[in-house]
Amino acid sequence: MNRRASWFNVTSIAFGLAFLYLPILLLIIYSFNESRLVTVWAGFSTKWYVSLFSNQGLLDAAWVTLRVALLSATAATILGTLAAIALVRFGRFYGRTLFSGMIYAPLVMPDVIIGLSLLLLFVAVDFGRGFWTIVLAHITFSLCFVAIVVQSRLSTFDRSLEEAALDLGCPPVRTFFQITLPLIAPAVIAGWMLAFTLSLDDLVIASFTTGPGATTLPMKIYSQVRLGVTPEINAVSTILIGIVSIGVIAASLVTKRREVARIRAERQAAAGIRNGI
Amino acid sequence: MAAKAIGPVRRTFAPWDDPAAPPFIEFRNVTKRFGDFVAVDNLSLTIYEREFFALLGPSGCGKTTLMRMVAGFEEPTEGEVLLDGQDLAGVPPYRRPTNMMFQSYALFPHMTIEANIAFGLKQDRMPKAEINARVEEMLTLVKLTPFAKRKPHQLSGGQKQRVALARSLARKPKVLLLDEPLGALDKKLREETQFELVDLQQELGLTFLIVTHDQEEAMTVADRVAIMDHGRIMQVATPAEVYEQPNSRYVADFIGDINLIEGRIVDRAGGRVWLDCGEAGGMIEVEQAMEAATGDDAWFAIRPEKISLSLEAPAAPSVNCITGEVWDIGYLGDVSIYHVRLPDGTTMKSTVTNRTRLVERQITWDDRVWLTWPRDAGVVLTR
Ligand SMILES: Nc1ncnc2c1ncn2[C@@H]1O[C@H](COP(=O)(O)OP(=O)(O)OP(=O)(O)O)[C@@H](O)[C@H]1O
Ligand SMILES: [Mg+2]
Repeated sequence: MNRRASWFNVTSIAFGLAFLYLPILLLIIYSFNESRLVTVWAGFSTKWYVSLFSNQGLLDAAWVTLRVALLSATAATILGTLAAIALVRFGRFYGRTLFSGMIYAPLVMPDVIIGLSLLLLFVAVDFGRGFWTIVLAHITFSLCFVAIVVQSRLSTFDRSLEEAALDLGCPPVRTFFQITLPLIAPAVIAGWMLAFTLSLDDLVIASFTTGPGATTLPMKIYSQVRLGVTPEINAVSTILIGIVSIGVIAASLVTKRREVARIRAERQAAAGIRNGI
Repeated sequence: MAAKAIGPVRRTFAPWDDPAAPPFIEFRNVTKRFGDFVAVDNLSLTIYEREFFALLGPSGCGKTTLMRMVAGFEEPTEGEVLLDGQDLAGVPPYRRPTNMMFQSYALFPHMTIEANIAFGLKQDRMPKAEINARVEEMLTLVKLTPFAKRKPHQLSGGQKQRVALARSLARKPKVLLLDEPLGALDKKLREETQFELVDLQQELGLTFLIVTHDQEEAMTVADRVAIMDHGRIMQVATPAEVYEQPNSRYVADFIGDINLIEGRIVDRAGGRVWLDCGEAGGMIEVEQAMEAATGDDAWFAIRPEKISLSLEAPAAPSVNCITGEVWDIGYLGDVSIYHVRLPDGTTMKSTVTNRTRLVERQITWDDRVWLTWPRDAGVVLTR
């Protein structure tokens, strides 16, 4: 009975993982394909990686994407955190309900609509489209993700910690940087990472708001795929996957190690109490 | 111990009796509302410099709210709070010469114990060497030196409480607000810390405002106590006065154990009051000067330890003597509490010190006993 249940579990886990990761695995394998034909395996080679680094178009696009993602994630994190603080802290200010409702809107709004409306806006105000319009667009839609992540952390934040700091003579701004920010930092960092990845893989909004000379990697890949998948694209995707995985693994290792340190310290503390210090 | 030397000083310390003494913390008709709820209700109170003042009262009566108004986290809805003659309205918490120890401790979780204690000193831009010395001093005071490098989550509840105390004390503020500072400590450590608090307060000449649920603690440490109920102050007096001369049934009942008998004032003469308590107590004679008119409803209040218990009727007919049957006996180690049932069905409590090791008591269940007390043992209360 028990065995059969676990056999069932193993199968479902295997299917689930396969469903999620088989396409990615195939992509990684074929990036090392000798052949130009994507579907035929002709032996191991790293030549597509070499040729990738001479493909100026792809490299430029990657560089644009990275800059857009860094800039927009950072700006969105700052603005989103401020919005979250305003929503959680300043009680009932005029227009609060509208503001908090509207912050959720981009979550459910189709990308096409966000992209189109931003395009219309940029055209209307006659803002030269290109790199900066993509950055602005990405800030706009990733800001609300940051705000929501930070808001949920702030709503469980113990206000008396800030009061204690004020009470000890620390002015409000310094209190924010010395007490509040360090304590909500995990949420802020998570918000930043979310904004970064959202910007990294956005195709639709970037396509609407871009102009001449600013092509992001997803746009480049998409346009090339229409002409046929080349192994170079597999290679660049593999590199992207590699970067993302390293980030995720590093983040989980850091939290894991912190957890271990905490448990060890707690044991020591318990031992100290037992020894009657 | 230094507490001995303090005795004479504390004995003569009574600025509240001196009309010329300037108030230090003053609440003037302070009301605090949260929406419709009145947390503090038109309260006036004066606390003097160097006083150790305790707030007592049931949960939710507004003690913390009162402190938060001194610390600056709440503004009074009406009335004003003055410190050293200066109106505190609009002065932000970080500019007030007060420090507060929070009921929830509010230790900074991302800082070590040391850094927590040093936090306030750093805000004052104190030189590094001085900060270290002060932190060391505070850690010694609360007996946490070996824990200096720990984070708050690595401490027990009582240890956290001591860190919170050390942190609020570190700046040696003019006014220290302690919201249940010792509640999580065991009895022995609590008594030690109480003495050290009093020592420190005397030595540094600070003014302490303390909230506690432990009456004994309030009695031990405080110069004066205030009994609160529903945002109002019922009585402010020295611990002995509150215990021996409560001004109302509420205070009498709140502090310690008390017997209350309902009656009617029948006569008043020469500093004495006669109270007719009907079947329960008969005629009770009390030595007390009071305003009430004859015919008024009143209550006779007497502490259990002031009633003597005997198996025989007093030889000469004494004043204040009633009889009943032992209904229940509670053994508390040092004393036993006898619950005596009176003819009308009410019970009176009387405590008897256990002077012998004998487990078999002379007076036991269902015995008929006589309860007597002198004229000056109890008080008559009219509200
Ligand atoms: N911010 C607030 N909003 C609404 N009501 C509040 C607020 N703060 C306190 N109260 C109410 O005011 C009353 C007094 O609260 P306070 O914290 O002063 O009680 P307390 O005497 O300190 O009680 P305890 O002994 O349990 O700590 C309580 O009934 C509480 O519910
Ligand atoms: Mg309280």
